[in-house]
Amino acid sequence: MSARALWLAFRSGLGGRQAFSTKVNLQGSGRITVEVIEHLERLALVDFGSREAVARLEKAIAFADRLREVDTDGVEPMESVLEDRCLYLRSDNVAEGNCAEELLQNSRQVVEEYFVAPPGNISLPKLGEQESFQHS
Amino acid sequence: MAAPMLRRVGLGRLWGFAWVDGGSGHRRGSPNGSTSSRRREQSSVAQQPLHTAQKPRKGGHKWAAVVGLEIHAQISSNSKLFSGSQVSFMAPPNSLVSFFDASLPGTLPVLNRRCVEAAVMTGLALNCHINKKSLFDRKHYFYSDLPAGYQITQQRLPIAANGSLTYGVFMGNKQSRMATKTVRIRQIQLEQDSGKSLHDDLRSQTLIDLNRAGVGLLEVVLEPDLCCGEEAAAVIKELQLILQALGTSQANMAEGQLRVDANISVHHPGEPLGVRTEVKNLNSIRFLAKAIDHEIQRQINELESGGEILNETRSFDCKLGCTVPMRDKEGKQDYRFMPEPNLPPLVLYDSASLPAGTESQQVINIDQIRDALPELPSATRERLVRRYGMLPEHSFTLLNEVGLLQFFQNVMKETRAEPKKVTSWVLNTLLGYLKHHNLAVSESPVTSSALAELLDLLDSKAISSAAAKQVFEELWKGEAKSAAQVVSEKQLELMQDREALEQLCQSTMEGHPQVVTDMKSGNPRAINKLIGLVRKATLNRADPAEIKDILERLSS
Repeated sequence: MSARALWLAFRSGLGGRQAFSTKVNLQGSGRITVEVIEHLERLALVDFGSREAVARLEKAIAFADRLREVDTDGVEPMESVLEDRCLYLRSDNVAEGNCAEELLQNSRQVVEEYFVAPPGNISLPKLGEQESFQHS
Repeated sequence: MAAPMLRRVGLGRLWGFAWVDGGSGHRRGSPNGSTSSRRREQSSVAQQPLHTAQKPRKGGHKWAAVVGLEIHAQISSNSKLFSGSQVSFMAPPNSLVSFFDASLPGTLPVLNRRCVEAAVMTGLALNCHINKKSLFDRKHYFYSDLPAGYQITQQRLPIAANGSLTYGVFMGNKQSRMATKTVRIRQIQLEQDSGKSLHDDLRSQTLIDLNRAGVGLLEVVLEPDLCCGEEAAAVIKELQLILQALGTSQANMAEGQLRVDANISVHHPGEPLGVRTEVKNLNSIRFLAKAIDHEIQRQINELESGGEILNETRSFDCKLGCTVPMRDKEGKQDYRFMPEPNLPPLVLYDSASLPAGTESQQVINIDQIRDALPELPSATRERLVRRYGMLPEHSFTLLNEVGLLQFFQNVMKETRAEPKKVTSWVLNTLLGYLKHHNLAVSESPVTSSALAELLDLLDSKAISSAAAKQVFEELWKGEAKSAAQVVSEKQLELMQDREALEQLCQSTMEGHPQVVTDMKSGNPRAINKLIGLVRKATLNRADPAEIKDILERLSS
């Protein structure tokens, strides 16, 4: 029952700022379902990999939930801590670039001056057959 | 050995694939989460059962199509939106990439003033309200050519909103009547472009070039006010001309500087809107019109045969001439919009609100930009119509071909011929030859001066218009001869010798007594036949009016 609620809350919670209110009734529920993990892994192309990683994520959510203890009634939300600062404008001059060699050093695999990535945004394979993705 | 091979393959494919993952962050689903777009999405989803429940009713009701466009225009600037690396179309891979563009830790965005000005100019030219305060947001999605994992865009409060674009569209099949229509513009937002991916299926890998990553884009979102491919094509053409007139984008579709996505649905008039699909991969104006019309027809066929329309993304296959579903791996994309923490709000000023004592480089004055706007295509056309008595549709054609207006104006400067004659020669003869030989105006073997000289000869009645056509054909061969040289070499001058002409007329009449009898009995076609015969005898060198005059005198 709570798994479904969490799933929905998670999905809408990821959707944007307006969803914050729906998250309120999440309080205290630290557990994450396998489906949520799978969805996140697909979105982020990240492999949580282990039970510890999931536990760490659950702890992080529980930690963030403490924000809700703060009473923000009647407080106008800020855009940013810099919202009353001037946004600096740069002149349209070319001053950077030409450093492909340096940048490509960060890439595990390179073809000519290209970075090499896995093909497209391929779906992660179902849990349990992940080797094929990681080593291809 | 293999390396240079791959480079060529890679570049060749770059063209093909620029479109597949062309847009930044609009690969899947709606690229902007603006409230109205959300509303549209909801309503289309809510209406889904309506259509699926409907029985097919062939010919029962008419269908109406609703088309909305989202356009990404690359801003023409020296450097990128938030970094100082160069913007250039063809450059060695990853040579135009700064540490920020590659999303190295610790780098921060620094906004390019030129990009802001380009957005304001475009907003003003499209009759938008310019927001004096606009905000930047992060839109998250994971793709290997977006190294940060998010794109900086303007989701909540864009730089410009609520505008309109007036365009002309031909009525009916005959290209003779123009109708003026208006499409509303929902918003214009500044955002970053993504890098490019080259998919190497053979080795199952993707090559990433970040040269385009971080280039400034104007995303122009139109309200769904259009109803067919032709209207959409006319809107995009007009937008392209406006962007080029402003210089805010080169708007060359083939080079990916202007990319269009279309949202399409069909419904019965008076009933709620249907479920919409999004068509991507539209890389020319012609394909845009074709793809939209095809998708409208596909949806109608689908619904009439009892099927349903899925809210999906389709791409146009220009070889097959139809739209095909794009593999949507994740279903609904979740962009997790959040305010961009590294950029304070963008504040613009007008002359009234200009702060005193601020560095002028740091202040953008909307009024100043408005005053400096160049002449827009609609004004240019009006000027042509007013000044030269040209038909509106002719003014459209002059502007729609790159360089044709300049050519026309150059001819006008150098010739004494009437504007109407010049218009006709430029639009019919010159453009006809160019189209036939598949050439751009800049490649025309006939220069504007040569045409001006030719038209002067015609205007002073030194040659007949049939001879002028012959001269043009000679000039087209590009042998660097002037019109006058061609005329004298080919002996195309009008016969000035009245006596010789009279003799030719006399002998023609004697050779064709039956036609002369017909003419005398009042058959109006007979004299034309005689005129034709005499002209042939003069090798098109005589003025038909003069021949007619002589013939009438001789036969009376």
